[in-house]
Amino acid sequence: MRYETVIGLEVHIELATESKIFCSCSAKFGGEQNDHVCPACCGMPGMLPIVNKHVVDLGMAAGMMLNCDINRVTTFDKKSYYYPDLPCSYQTTQWFAPVSVNGRVDIETSKGKKSIRIKQIHMEEDAGKLVHDDWTNTSLVDFNRTSVPLIEIVSQPDLSSAEEVIAYLERLRSLLRFAKVSECRMEQGSMRCDVNLSVRPEGSDVLGVRTEMKNMNSLSAIARAIEYETARHIDAIENGTEELVQETRRWDDTKGASFAMRNKETAGDYRYFPDPNVMPIVIDDEWFNTVKSNLPEFPEVKKARYIDELGLAEGDAEHLIQSRAFCDCFEGAYEVCGNAKEAANWLIFDCSKILNQKQQTVDQLNISGKALGELIKLVLDEKVSRANAKKILSAMFEEELDPAEYAKANGFIVSNDTGAMESVIAAVIAADPKSVNDYKNGKEKALMALFGKCMKELKGNCNPQVLREMLLKSIENA
Amino acid sequence: MKLYVSQSSAAAGCVAVDDMILTTDQPTAAGSKMLDGYMSLFGAEVVEKIKAAGYEVGGKVNVGEFSIDMLGETSFYGECADESGKLAGAVAEVVKADGVKACLTLDVNGMPRRAAAIAKTVFLKPTYGTVSRYGTIPVACSGETVGVMANTTANLRDVLEAVIGHDDKDGTSLSDEKCALLKRDSDFKAVKKIAVIKAMTDKVDGAVAADIDAFKAVAEKNGIEVCEIDGSELLAAKAAWNVLMSAELCNNVSRYDGVKYGYRTPNYTNIDELYTNSRTEAFGMLLKSAILYGSQSLLYTEKNRGAYDKSLRVRRVVYDYMAKLFEEYDALLMPVCSKAAYTKADTDSNVTLSFEENVYTAPASITGLPAVVVNGVQLVGKAFSDSALLAVAEICEKEGK
Ligand SMILES: [Zn+2]
Repeated sequence: MRYETVIGLEVHIELATESKIFCSCSAKFGGEQNDHVCPACCGMPGMLPIVNKHVVDLGMAAGMMLNCDINRVTTFDKKSYYYPDLPCSYQTTQWFAPVSVNGRVDIETSKGKKSIRIKQIHMEEDAGKLVHDDWTNTSLVDFNRTSVPLIEIVSQPDLSSAEEVIAYLERLRSLLRFAKVSECRMEQGSMRCDVNLSVRPEGSDVLGVRTEMKNMNSLSAIARAIEYETARHIDAIENGTEELVQETRRWDDTKGASFAMRNKETAGDYRYFPDPNVMPIVIDDEWFNTVKSNLPEFPEVKKARYIDELGLAEGDAEHLIQSRAFCDCFEGAYEVCGNAKEAANWLIFDCSKILNQKQQTVDQLNISGKALGELIKLVLDEKVSRANAKKILSAMFEEELDPAEYAKANGFIVSNDTGAMESVIAAVIAADPKSVNDYKNGKEKALMALFGKCMKELKGNCNPQVLREMLLKSIENA
Repeated sequence: MKLYVSQSSAAAGCVAVDDMILTTDQPTAAGSKMLDGYMSLFGAEVVEKIKAAGYEVGGKVNVGEFSIDMLGETSFYGECADESGKLAGAVAEVVKADGVKACLTLDVNGMPRRAAAIAKTVFLKPTYGTVSRYGTIPVACSGETVGVMANTTANLRDVLEAVIGHDDKDGTSLSDEKCALLKRDSDFKAVKKIAVIKAMTDKVDGAVAADIDAFKAVAEKNGIEVCEIDGSELLAAKAAWNVLMSAELCNNVSRYDGVKYGYRTPNYTNIDELYTNSRTEAFGMLLKSAILYGSQSLLYTEKNRGAYDKSLRVRRVVYDYMAKLFEEYDALLMPVCSKAAYTKADTDSNVTLSFEENVYTAPASITGLPAVVVNGVQLVGKAFSDSALLAVAEICEKEGK
């Protein structure tokens, strides 16, 4: 018999806010253990939750990017369970009226295009982290991550292969990075995924027994886990190797196998109820429209515009839309210098090279589009040589600077002082009669050597075309 | 009788606070072994406010465990009963006998109202949202309110003035404009017509009935019309409040797990035993009953939405019913409890007595409406009518007894 895999995903994404969801502690990644805590986020009695408005902004933005309906009245609810990393023994989340519902994400795989339905996006707080010390046989709790805002994106069970799951996750990551909702960095845990999977005979409309693998944080591990779990389910159905039960399983990527954790609680066991300390949040038209107007273009809309209106090659456009930071910088630079091809090249080649050297990601690009545009303009206007412009670009990655002023201060402005050029040429020719003769005897390379020496003497600050012509003339006359 | 849990100063004219209100210079334990010696890193907004108004903060007044009992009988620090075994709430005794100007006390399940009725002091549970709950031990957040207990209405008004107002740190705190509504109608003539809830007054003992008759006489003498209505609908508030209060309590006290602070059992070998034994050893019988009851009421299946959900709907029904009454009446007169006195034997034989006797206090708790207790009776008014209710209390004070 042929089987099909039915997969639904719950994706947890840490929001890019400065502070936590209900208190003013820093939500930044890292820091010494228990550095980012206050009485509220470590569960001391008497503190009351005050909702961070920016979290709601981002919850709405995520919903809008994923074609969701926004609940204009959205509420927070409490979910009860005991775990030492959960200081209040309840998590504040959204159960009854999540901020965004009924969305859609379009993906493309080798099998073509497909729409994945989004059930809901809800806002919630993260839990802390247990640190186990086997040596002393103790466990300690780090509350830095408690109450860091998350959104959980719950899909319908519309996915059917590892390839689709990865396409879906990459699509989510691209859209949410674009909307600056989150950096979605799986390696830092700011994007984590629970995979709900079941298997059924192809064409059947009855769902099989579902298992859930929690807290997956690498695309390759997710792909391996899906392959493994699908095979395990089919084996159980076909050969009766084990009885499938609805449960939560842990994926062990080094062993390449999943292991049962505990039986899945049903929703009722979590005893959800509305948090009486958080009034329902009413999203009026003004708020809604402000968030909507701040949304970026969708990446493929940008790509089409870059190709059709700005004349970029498809490959270049595709490269730029991998990162919102690149797009913002590109658009800013284009606005100033008016040359899209140049702006794209400077980002794709020169900026990428510097980021690589600095071991930074494209999202960490921190130069302004305006400054890059000004730099490109200096090159196009032949005021600064390309080689020197690259030096200025490197400096721009270290500090904010005005390219024109920096060029002036460092002697990078091209001089059209032909007198200075003439005297340099004369000196170079006088010092190297051998090369002059070699050139006259047909050795083209000799000219390059002389040209290079002149350029070096002039520190690159001359128009190469003019220099070349003047040099040729002087050689003829020599 | 144990009046104070700790006492930094008890100068005459100071304002005492109960053991549910966090202070940074004295421990706050909510009357529970679980929090014995707990020092908060921050103080309650109401404490800051009374200090800002120039009052000295007095001792921490003894309350029952998480203040859900009758009169403080479940306190870890000793009973609120005299030698004869008669129960008396410490929050009322300190203003009656100890010379403090007022006592701020969290009204979770009507305890301060019962204490005021028995000690014949004055108490106001203000309109929900007008006094910050920031820094109070959370129990039943959707209804509990910090109230003011005093010997005289004048003292009560002084201290109330100091504590009402908006607080950014409390998401349920009302705006300053709304809070200012409390100051209107300080003339008792704003209260023209009072309805006595017969379904409640029918069930009280002779002494309580006498208090009610005395109140009626004073009111009528001052030109206030007093009518009797059945009001059985209000009796439904008790069951619903017991569910909501227990559910919220169960959730709120789940943070006391022996992991971070508070009592930790020495008897454990794993995390489950740490949780179970810490809580088993530190919590008292009434609290445990409430936790079980609340936990149960929050369970639900796809088909059965659970007791909590139904109780939310009853809250709405009770509120709407009372709103309808307030179209005709300015205040509702209710007893505070069925007897004028309770003994230790009453609560020993019936640990959850406060979950039955709160039939009289639940309507105001579940709706967040203001309630004044004076001369042993309770007046419940519409939202923001606190000042008018106090004005009526004032004439009772002058002419009552
Ligand atoms: Zn915090």
